[in-house]
Amino acid sequence: MSVLELQNLSVSLRGRDIFRDVTLSVQKGEMVGLIGPNGAGKTTLMRAALGLVAHGGHSSLAGMAPMARARAVAWMPQSREIAWPVSIEALVRLGRMPHQAARLSAADHAAVERALDHMGLAAMRSRTVTRLSGGEQARALIARALAQETDLLMADEPIAGLDPAHQIATMQMFQRLAADGRAVLVSLHDLGLAARHCARLVVLGQGGIQADGPPSKVLTPELVARVFGITAYQAQTPQGHIFQPLEVL
Amino acid sequence: MTRLMLALCTLVFGLFCLSLLVGPARIAPADSLLGLLRGGLDPVAMVMREIRLPRAILAVLVGGSLGLAGAAMQGYLRNPLAEPGLIGVSASAALGAVIAIQSGLAAAFMLGLPLMALAGALVGVMLVLALAGPRGGALTLILAGIAISAMAGAITQLVLNLSKNPFAVNEIVFWMMGSLADRSLTHVWLALPFTLLGWLVLARLGRGLDALTLGEDAAATMGVHLGRLRLMLVLGTACVVGAATAVAGTIGFVGLVVPHLLRPLVGAQPSRLLPASALGGAAMVLAADIAVRLVVPERDLKLGVLTALVGAPLFLHLIYKTRKEQP
Repeated sequence: MSVLELQNLSVSLRGRDIFRDVTLSVQKGEMVGLIGPNGAGKTTLMRAALGLVAHGGHSSLAGMAPMARARAVAWMPQSREIAWPVSIEALVRLGRMPHQAARLSAADHAAVERALDHMGLAAMRSRTVTRLSGGEQARALIARALAQETDLLMADEPIAGLDPAHQIATMQMFQRLAADGRAVLVSLHDLGLAARHCARLVVLGQGGIQADGPPSKVLTPELVARVFGITAYQAQTPQGHIFQPLEVL
Repeated sequence: MTRLMLALCTLVFGLFCLSLLVGPARIAPADSLLGLLRGGLDPVAMVMREIRLPRAILAVLVGGSLGLAGAAMQGYLRNPLAEPGLIGVSASAALGAVIAIQSGLAAAFMLGLPLMALAGALVGVMLVLALAGPRGGALTLILAGIAISAMAGAITQLVLNLSKNPFAVNEIVFWMMGSLADRSLTHVWLALPFTLLGWLVLARLGRGLDALTLGEDAAATMGVHLGRLRLMLVLGTACVVGAATAVAGTIGFVGLVVPHLLRPLVGAQPSRLLPASALGGAAMVLAADIAVRLVVPERDLKLGVLTALVGAPLFLHLIYKTRKEQP
């Protein structure tokens, strides 16, 4: 079942086309990595898909009423904004807002607990978010998006600034969500992690989608050179697809 | 949380009762409360019902309004330095009152001044909404508010500058300091509907403000209608601040200091800060209004002067504390 349908999505800001005619569909059970160089429009594509930016074409999410959309998709923006010194638990509870009646129900509490456990935050739930390190804040924000328990999770560079262990753990957690029948669309700069953990990669660059498919099909030396301007070492190993960037062209 | 609310409720109730018992007419506490209940034409009952009761009720209305609006404004702008006057409503309400005093309307009939102040607030809020535009976030709202505040302030200065009537100038200057002295129950009835309406509107913003903790983008995808939230914030603030300024003049620092003081006690959550800050504001204004009657009873010390005198050092202390917490 499809959780996101984009048809001919186009965005231009101040008379400049960011991208044109992007058509994309994400199904339940998929873990999709959105990759592309700086300025390719990854963030804008995701915000337009959510209906946060004026756009041409059609997005299945943009037309929904705010509350219905909040129950269909959870969005984790790139800017990790936390305005007030609230506790981790209070922050994660915000994810239940679209579901919640006047008070948190037992189901809401269970969802918050699951999200805290997923991100390894259960033991530090009462700590003040604004006093945590950047990586810990990122994990708390991911937990908030998880607590929303939507069919689709969209995250803009969620693993930037995390240590390797937490990067891998987060990517594996996204994979588990997909295996459980939900869908994840995540933008990434680390092509190695993208190749290893995403079953499907969408490459955005030069005003449109350049490739869409499994990492081994998408990351051809020609595409990596043309879109990213680099060379890379690639190998299929028993541990999976290895991608190591080497030189700037 | 509930303990804090209980403590604040007790504090407000205690200060309300104390406010009824303090005044230049030396009446024994038991007599004054009896007079309040008895009513009629007895002088004690008259003092209680016509002078002290309106004063105490207005202190609760004005203080609650300023505290609530301050907490809502800080939550919306995600800035602990925001205050309810930021959207220009208090400055434009003050301008309306100044015009009423200068033109003699205030002297002609009792409600001339507060009605003109409410009209000023209405014009101010409509201009701010028109300037801020239908979409766009917090930034255009702040800019529009600053522009309207500056304009209203400039016209107020112009009225003072060109006034040929020294009595009017004197009255304007003292009115602008803010006071609850010599207000009647008519003032209460005038402020009450706007205040209650504004409280109702602002009290419902809690969840949206909580979501805004994560920024405008995240809040929008959590089901918050940002345009409606901003509209409700501006209208609610205009109702309560317009009514407060109309009956009491401009009273500063309450909307700035009270949310700041109470924030750590509610776990910094904007939705929990709203009711706490309303009670805290009521307590602060009640306390200040009791203090102006006790400190120099023979001179008419203005309420707004006292809140600024107490509020500014308190604020400096908060800055100092914040600085110490930074690395």
